[in-house]
Amino acid sequence: MDMRLPPSQRLKLVMVGNGMAGVRTLEELLKIAPELYDITVFGAEPHPNYNRILLSPVLAGEQTLDEIVLNDWAWYQEHGITLHAGKTVTEVDRVKRTVRASDGQCGVIEAPYDRLIMATGSNPFMLPIPGRDLQGVLAYRDIADTQAMIDAATQYKHAIVIGGGLLGLEAANGLMKRGMTVSVVHVAPWLMERQLDDVAGKLLQQSLEQRGMRFLMGAQTQELVGEDTGREDGDGPPSKGRVRAIRFKDGTELPADLVVMAVGIRPNTALAESMNLHVNKGIVVSDTLQTVTDPRIYAVGECAAHRGIAYGLVAPLFEQGKVLATHLAEFGIGRYLGSLTSTKLKVTGIDLFSAGNFMGGEHTEEIVMSDPSGGVYKKLVIQGDKLVGACLYGDTVDGSWYFKLLRDGRSVADIRDRLMFGQNFSVSNIGDVGHQGHSKAAAMADSDEVCGCNGVTKGSICKAIKDKGLFTLEEVRKHTKASASCGSCTGLVEQILMFTAGGDYSATPKLKAMCACTDHGHQAVRDAIRDSKLLSIGAVFEGLGWRTPNGCATCRPAVNYYLISTWPKEAKDDPQSRFINERAHANIQKDGTYSVIPRMWGGETTADELRRIADAVDKYKIPTVKVTGGQRIDLLGVKKEDLQNVWKDIGMPSGHAYAKALRTVKTCVGSEWCRMGTQDSTQMGKDLERAMWRMYAPHKVKFAVSGCPRNCAEAGIKDVGIIGVDSGWEMYVAGNGGIKTEVAEFFTKLKTAEEVLEYTGAFMQLYRLEGWYLERTVHYVNRVGLDYVKKKILDDAEGRKALWEQLQFALDGEPDPWFEHQKAAVDTRQFIPIQAVSLEGSAA
Amino acid sequence: MNDWIPIARVDDIPVLGSRCVQREKGLDVAVFRNDRDEVFALLDRCPHKGGPLSQGIVFGKHVACPMHNWTIGLDSGCAKEPDEGCTPRFAVKVEDGVVHLDAHELATQATDLTRPVAGPQRRATDPHAPPLRGSLPPEGEQAGLARPGATASVPA
Repeated sequence: MDMRLPPSQRLKLVMVGNGMAGVRTLEELLKIAPELYDITVFGAEPHPNYNRILLSPVLAGEQTLDEIVLNDWAWYQEHGITLHAGKTVTEVDRVKRTVRASDGQCGVIEAPYDRLIMATGSNPFMLPIPGRDLQGVLAYRDIADTQAMIDAATQYKHAIVIGGGLLGLEAANGLMKRGMTVSVVHVAPWLMERQLDDVAGKLLQQSLEQRGMRFLMGAQTQELVGEDTGREDGDGPPSKGRVRAIRFKDGTELPADLVVMAVGIRPNTALAESMNLHVNKGIVVSDTLQTVTDPRIYAVGECAAHRGIAYGLVAPLFEQGKVLATHLAEFGIGRYLGSLTSTKLKVTGIDLFSAGNFMGGEHTEEIVMSDPSGGVYKKLVIQGDKLVGACLYGDTVDGSWYFKLLRDGRSVADIRDRLMFGQNFSVSNIGDVGHQGHSKAAAMADSDEVCGCNGVTKGSICKAIKDKGLFTLEEVRKHTKASASCGSCTGLVEQILMFTAGGDYSATPKLKAMCACTDHGHQAVRDAIRDSKLLSIGAVFEGLGWRTPNGCATCRPAVNYYLISTWPKEAKDDPQSRFINERAHANIQKDGTYSVIPRMWGGETTADELRRIADAVDKYKIPTVKVTGGQRIDLLGVKKEDLQNVWKDIGMPSGHAYAKALRTVKTCVGSEWCRMGTQDSTQMGKDLERAMWRMYAPHKVKFAVSGCPRNCAEAGIKDVGIIGVDSGWEMYVAGNGGIKTEVAEFFTKLKTAEEVLEYTGAFMQLYRLEGWYLERTVHYVNRVGLDYVKKKILDDAEGRKALWEQLQFALDGEPDPWFEHQKAAVDTRQFIPIQAVSLEGSAA
Repeated sequence: MNDWIPIARVDDIPVLGSRCVQREKGLDVAVFRNDRDEVFALLDRCPHKGGPLSQGIVFGKHVACPMHNWTIGLDSGCAKEPDEGCTPRFAVKVEDGVVHLDAHELATQATDLTRPVAGPQRRATDPHAPPLRGSLPPEGEQAGLARPGATASVPA
C-alpha cells in the first residue's frame, strides 16, 4: 500500500538558489524524508547544479563543463523537483509567503511556500573604479565568467588579474595555460595573505614567476581604460568599448584585453535585505540554520552568517546542509557548531597548505623550517601545549595530520621536538605510510594500490570522486571501500580527495558523530551515560534522541560497551548488540565456521591440556590446528553446533581471542630457566593474566612480559609491555603491532610484582573508562596525551589505587562465557539449528 | 498455493536476532525477528561474499553481515546502496505465534548456492592457490625422521 502523501498535500518548500550547498541540502533531505515536501528551486544561472570548485580546472583546460555537473536535469525530474533555471528571484512576500521570479524578459513566476531556504551564495566583489563596466572586465564566479575567459583567451593576448588570493591565482594560472600573458595585480605585500605568511607567499610567487606569471605587488589600481569607440558608433546609445589598459595610482599603465577581478566575495544578501531579514556579514542564522527573523525561513551556504562567520569552503557548507535537512525533515536534533577550515591551492604542481592561526602572534610560539632553494617551508604555530596553526609550502604530506591535531586540540607537549618532521617521526618510528611505503598520493600511479584490504587503486578512487561527485572521506569509503576496513590508508585517501575534488574539501566538522543514527560523538554519549546514569541501550537512545529505533551495527556495540564499562554489575549486557564473535564467544571464519582459542596462562600448557585438545580435534574433526602469535593454540573450522561441546571437552578457560577484551599475555621463559633472565617473566605474565582476564575494553588488549632487556616477548609493541631488569620492572604502554606498528612509550619503572599489577590495572581501567569504542590504547593515549595518563597514574597515587580497585570490582565474579552461559548472557539457542521438517504429507 | 509448515514459535527467535533453519538440500534459511516482532526469512548467505547473515546484528528492518558489514534489507534481501546484490527471500507466515515457511520453497529455492570454502579443503581445490613449497614430502619418504609408530625415535 502506498502510504505517501499525494504531492498536493505535501508542504511546499521553495529554495532560492541552485548551488552546491543548497542542492546538497535537498539531497540530504530527500534521503531522510523523501515525501514530505513539494520542492521548487529557483536558480539564476541557466544550468543545473554544478561543482563550482572545479571551474579552475575547467579554465585550465583540465576538465570540461560537462564533467563538473553534479546534478543533471534528470535528477530534478526524478525527484519531482520543479526547477526554474535562469530565473532570478526578485521579491519574497513574507506575509503571503510567496516567491516571485523573473526570467529577465517578461515572464514572472510565482511560487507559494511553507518553508523557504535562502541559498543565494555570494557575489564577487567588484572594485568601485572607473572602467569596471567595460567589455572584457569580468569577475570569476560562475560558468558564464569561465566561458567568457576561455573565449577571450582565443582572441586576446594580455590578461590582468586583480587579486592575488586563491581564486585570482587559479584564474591567472588557467589563463596562462590558455596562452595569455598574465599579470597579477595584488595590493598586499605578498600573495594569499589570508592563507599564507610572508615567507610562504613569496616562495609561491617565485614558483609562479618561474612558470611565466608576472606580478605587480602593492600596486593600487586607479582605473581601467577603454578603447575609444564612441566616434564610430554615431548616434546610437553610447556603447561601452573594450578594456584596453589598466592604470595605476602612480600613473603607469599596462596593456590589458581582459581584466579579471578576484578581490573577494561578499555574501549575496540583497534579496534577504529586501525581505527585512536580519543581515550582518550574511543572513544571520542560528545553530539550526534558521534565520533569526522568520522561523519559516532558513539560510544555508555562503550567504549565511553562522556565529558571525560566512563560510566559503564546501565542507562546512555541506555540514550545514546536513543539519538543515534534519530540521526540515522535522527530526529537529542536529546542530551546526561551526567548522575549522584549511586551504589548498588548486594549481597543479604547487603544494601549499594552511590552517588555523598560521600567522601566529602574541602568546604563540613558532617552529619554522625553511629551505628556500629546495622550495620547502613549514611553519607550525603553537599556543600553550597545543598546535593552533600551520602553514606548509612545497611539502604538504603532513597537512592532514597537522589539521587533525589542530582540530582535536590534542596536547603536543610530548611530541613537540619531533612535530616538525611530521607524523612518521612524531607518532611512531615506523608506519603510517601507505602500502609499499607510499606517503605521497600525488606521486602514485593510477594503478598503484591505495587500500590493501579491499584492493582499491588510486585510479578507481579518482574516478569515483569525479564520476559520483564525492566530497568527503565517508563518501569515498562508501562508494569505493577504500580505507573502509583497517583505515591505515586514510591519510592517502584524504590526499587523493584533496587533489581530485579540490582543496576545499578538507574542512571538517569540529565534532564527529558516532554514526548516522545520531549527531552525538563518542565522548558525548560516554558523558551522558555517566552523568545521567543511563543503564540501558533504550535509555541512551531515548535520552539522546537517536534517529533510529534500535540503532545500527556501529552504534549498538559501542553503546553496550559504554554501559557495561561505566556501570558494572548494574547495566545489563545485551548480547544482541554485540558483534557475532562476542555473541558466540568464538571467531567467525570466512565459511561461517568458528575458531576456538583456549586460554593458556602466560603461554604455558601441560600434557593433559594438549591431550584434551588433541582428542577434541579428532572427535569433532577440526580441520586446522595452528599455533598463534600470542603463544596459544587455535582450532579452526569448528561448526557452530559443536562449539559448546568443544569447550566442554577441552575444559580450558575462554581465551577471549574473539573479544574486545584482554587477549593474550605473551611471556618469555624468564629467570626460571633462562641463563640471561633477570626476572620471572612467566609468573609475572600469569599473574597479570589471572588478574585481568574477562576484562572487556574499548578494543582488544594485549600484554607481554619479558624477563630481561633482550625482550624476547616483544613487549615493545603491546598495549602494556613489561620488561624485567635487574632492579625491577620497566613498564611500557600504548604499543601496537597491528595496522600501523607503534612502539610502546616508556611509562615508568617499578620495583615489585604488586606494583606491576596495580599500575597496569589502573592504566587499563582509565582506558576502559575514557577510551572510545574501537580505539586502541595507542590512539587513546595519542588523543589525551601521554602526560595526562602519567598525571592520572603516576602522580596521583590515590587515584591510581582507586582505579585499580574499580577494575577489580568490575571483574570480580565475571563469568567465563564458555562455562557459565547464563551468567554471561549467552543465548544458547543460537547453537541449535532448527530442522525444517519437510516430510511429504506429514508436515501437518 | 503455499505449503506452510511450522518452523518455530516467534518466541524461540531472539529479539533483534535470528535462528537458522536447516534444509535437506542447500544452505540454511535464516529467520530473523526484530523488536516489533516482525519475522523475515532470507537465504543465510550474503550476496557479497557468502557470509552467514544469521550471525549479523539486526536493527530496524536490516541486518549487518558479520563478514564485511554490508547492510542487507530484511524485507527485500537486497544490499543497501551503494553496495549491490540480493539474497533470495523466503515467504513467511506467522499464525498464533508460530512461524511457518513454505515447504516447497524450502525444498527448491536457491539450493545450488554455496558458502566459500575454507581451510585445507580450500588449499586443495583452489586453482589460484600458490603451490606448497617447503612442505615435507609424504610420510616415509624422508629418511631419518621419526614417524608415528616407529620404535626408535630418540633424537641424537
